[in-house]
Amino acid sequence: MSTEAIPAAPATTLGRANHPAARLLIARHHLRWWETLPWLAAAAFYFVFPDYLGFGTSLMITILFALSLDLALGYAGIITLGHAAFFGAGAYTVGLLAFHNIWTEPITSLMLAALAAAAVGVASGLVLLRTQGLTLLMLTLCTMALLQEGANMAHDFTGGFDGLPSLDIAPVFGVFEFNPLYPDTQYLYTLAILFVCFIFIRTLIYSPFGQSLTGIRENLLRMHAIGAPVRRRLVVCYTISAALAGIAGGLWAQTNAYVNLSALDLDRAATVLIILILGGYGRLYGAFVGAAAYMALEHFLARIYPTAWQLGLGLLLVVVALYARNGMLGLGEVIWRRYRARRTAS
Amino acid sequence: MNAAIDFASILLGGLAAGTVLFIVSVGLSVTMGLMGFVNLAHGAFAMFGGYIIVLAMNRAHFGFPVALALGFLGTAALSVVLEQSLYRRLYRAGELDQVLLTIGLIFIFMATLTILVGPQSQPLQLPSELGGQINLGFMQYRTYSIFLIVVGALIVVGIWLAFERTRIGAQIRATVDNRRMAESLGINVDRLFTITFAFGSGMAALGGGLGAEFLGLDPQYALKYLVYFLIAVSVGGLGSVVGVYYASLLLGTLDFILKLYLPKGGTIFIYVLTILVLLWRPQGLFGRKSA
Amino acid sequence: MSKRVLAAIAALSISGGAALAQEVKVGVVLPYTGIGAEFARQMDRGMELYLKLNPDQVKPYTITLIKRDSKAPSGADAKIAVQELLTQDKVDALAGWVYSPDAIASAPLVTAGKKLAVIMNAGTAFITNLAPDFVRTSFTMWHAGYALGVAAAKTLHAKTAVVAYSDFPPGKDSLDAFKAGFEANGGKVIDAIPAGGPGAVPDFTPFFQRAKDEKPDVLFVFVPAGDHAVAVAKTYNALGMRAAGIKLIGPGDITQDIKLQDMGDAAIGLITMHHYNADLDNPENKRFVAAWKKNYGADSTPDFTAIGAYDGMAAIVHAVQATKGKMDGDAAVKSLLSWKFDSPQGPIVIDPETRDIVMNEYLAEVVKGPDGKLHQKVIGQIDHVKDECKAQAVGPCAPKK
Repeated sequence: MSTEAIPAAPATTLGRANHPAARLLIARHHLRWWETLPWLAAAAFYFVFPDYLGFGTSLMITILFALSLDLALGYAGIITLGHAAFFGAGAYTVGLLAFHNIWTEPITSLMLAALAAAAVGVASGLVLLRTQGLTLLMLTLCTMALLQEGANMAHDFTGGFDGLPSLDIAPVFGVFEFNPLYPDTQYLYTLAILFVCFIFIRTLIYSPFGQSLTGIRENLLRMHAIGAPVRRRLVVCYTISAALAGIAGGLWAQTNAYVNLSALDLDRAATVLIILILGGYGRLYGAFVGAAAYMALEHFLARIYPTAWQLGLGLLLVVVALYARNGMLGLGEVIWRRYRARRTAS
Repeated sequence: MNAAIDFASILLGGLAAGTVLFIVSVGLSVTMGLMGFVNLAHGAFAMFGGYIIVLAMNRAHFGFPVALALGFLGTAALSVVLEQSLYRRLYRAGELDQVLLTIGLIFIFMATLTILVGPQSQPLQLPSELGGQINLGFMQYRTYSIFLIVVGALIVVGIWLAFERTRIGAQIRATVDNRRMAESLGINVDRLFTITFAFGSGMAALGGGLGAEFLGLDPQYALKYLVYFLIAVSVGGLGSVVGVYYASLLLGTLDFILKLYLPKGGTIFIYVLTILVLLWRPQGLFGRKSA
Repeated sequence: MSKRVLAAIAALSISGGAALAQEVKVGVVLPYTGIGAEFARQMDRGMELYLKLNPDQVKPYTITLIKRDSKAPSGADAKIAVQELLTQDKVDALAGWVYSPDAIASAPLVTAGKKLAVIMNAGTAFITNLAPDFVRTSFTMWHAGYALGVAAAKTLHAKTAVVAYSDFPPGKDSLDAFKAGFEANGGKVIDAIPAGGPGAVPDFTPFFQRAKDEKPDVLFVFVPAGDHAVAVAKTYNALGMRAAGIKLIGPGDITQDIKLQDMGDAAIGLITMHHYNADLDNPENKRFVAAWKKNYGADSTPDFTAIGAYDGMAAIVHAVQATKGKMDGDAAVKSLLSWKFDSPQGPIVIDPETRDIVMNEYLAEVVKGPDGKLHQKVIGQIDHVKDECKAQAVGPCAPKK
């Protein structure tokens, strides 16, 4: 009723909301039916492939890691080749706490992992995000390499290349234990964490903050011109992305009961970048599609041709790069549009 | 006196290591600077060329110079084929799509070499005249390192002359400076790129072969050393030949000196140096501000 | 999708068509791609050759190898491979592991899976403490490192040594082992130089220059076998360290047989300690090397990675016979305690206390043979060498309470 105190305002809002563009914008963040598909698939996987839960767990961790990268790369346009720095920070937080029997409760450990990774993120972000392009790429990469070398030099503490073995992780909620042989708990636990993180990310990117990130990516100058605090937004986004990567790393350490230097490896950072580009960046579900396609192909090709599976993977990447713009989701969209166009034409 | 000789030998070793880095990276710098194409498969070309050179010597018993020529030409030819069929289609695509394509190519190169030649590394058997030690007047030093340093210097002078004195060189410089302007002046940028791309890949092949003495040569090569190539390019400044040369030599020698006096620091120096340089000059030592 | 794809080696012919042949499935976890791919191929051949050469030992069982790529040594991929081998393929035994991180990460699964798990390469000493079903037929860095420390002081009469090592656990283990053996016998390690990492090959010049300036009697080097070792020999020669009176010594990793010819004349005079080289003069090894060259080409040669896999397969076959093909984990492991075998490397025993190998260590010098090729000439021998890390309960090797 108080709105009546401001005459004309409701009418204008109403009028704008009726505009097709406005309707599109408002409808954008509404849940669409197909958005339930990944979760239905994940649930179905649990029942249909009980023998593959170890693989399924590592797939979901990669999805979460790729989602965290999407926030930085896809939405804020921060091109980084050092995202494993945060994955590793999270993994080592969980690993060191568990190895030295300081803290083994899984969910709070993940929060600590997120905090540690966020700390690395904010510190490096403040320094590095002044640059862009190849320079930023190399700076993020070198920062990650430094962390890895540091972890190697502190091997008395971190276990170095051989890592921290046989981590003891307390049961989830004090009830559900992690069984290495039948990783049911690991799978469902990871699925739940992924779901919570996903809801958070989805809400974030459709919030005004998320929209301003897209603005920065699309037109940096204009965002500066309208007075948006560009640097600060970028650093905040980078930090959130780092925290999520830290959760992925923490999950990796918990479900494997093991951490070593590979958590901070360039291999890991490059693979997640490839996965995200393969799926399609800046579109939320690219992480799902890319990770599923890349990892399933790798996993099953490697079983058939343990020595030559990289050939198949390479061909997939080349084909997608040539025929798709913005990954497999982009390719799917093109095909879908053509199909729709043909149907409406006929 | 002894300390001075030690220092000189470390300096020479660093210069030789830097020279290898330069020969491989120079092509990457030019293609990235010229077309803005992120060609991560550049290391794969170096690997491919290195394989041609080493196999030509070990299996077909060609001499070192002939093998080097074969490696250069074979890799340049392959790169033209790939450029025409694959790279060309992604010139106007985003850099991330280019990353996807070129990482895919790396995988294909790695798997193909593993299948065809095997996972083992390929040794470079130097001709005997390059094998031993050479007397520099004040000290003995590894002949091959001195040979590399000289070759590297000749190459950089050669490329510099080609850039400054030839028509194509002028066109390349113009295109790096302002591509649209160059195109509107009637420079055939596509053809220009094909030529530079082939040349850069051929140089990478030479680097793969010449550097095999230090870096080895196996199917992992393309990924293993990619970071170092990228570091040389970014520290030197995109598109700058002289920049890559100085950056490579600087990184090579500083890395050696720091390792001699502070061995516990291990491998971190090259990363620390890169971070410091790039924070100080984001465009690289010899890059242009706009890049 | 096919249920499982078998890289199967049927190693027997059933005499008289008696369909009694019982299949024993062995899950093999090796890095078939990446930097370890060459090791994986050597080890594949080692296993395969044991089955080919010893059909009588295998009879009446069929050994089927199910191979999985452990990829980069992060532990994670090896772990998924082991989990699937145990729960999907229901293997009777596990084998392989080139990299210690992969074996360490797999330990909880091996414990839970209760199947014999034969480590055929991974060399970090404490791994066998992590799971009761681990049995190792390869080596730890302490075997050769400690023995060489003793030999350097006693046989080579060295007083001072500088150690240069690749900065990862096998390197540090080697350093500790050598130092323990050397200093217990009156020697002194005057400097320990971390010389780059195990991934990319570093230029060894600055590290060796530093060592040269310190003028030790011997320079002990541990680097991964392969390109690293080739670069070590070349740099040692290039810096004229031999002329300066410094002997280059190391565990046999640096004279791995498959790399020896690549090292060229630079390698002549190199002195190493190891449990195997292809030139060992005993009938069993002669037979093994001849069969190897016949099967895989005259230019190919077995090496210490192949012998770990060969002996490992022998151990598995022994366990199969002892348990009558049942391969219950506890019984299989038990059958291997104190198991003796005449390997091409000489007599080996599995230590019943630690489930680790006990074997002879050979001090060998690289020489040029009349055939113009490089060979390793045995100049000393220490019998029945145990893993000193566990024997002396050093650091993480002490059993966990």
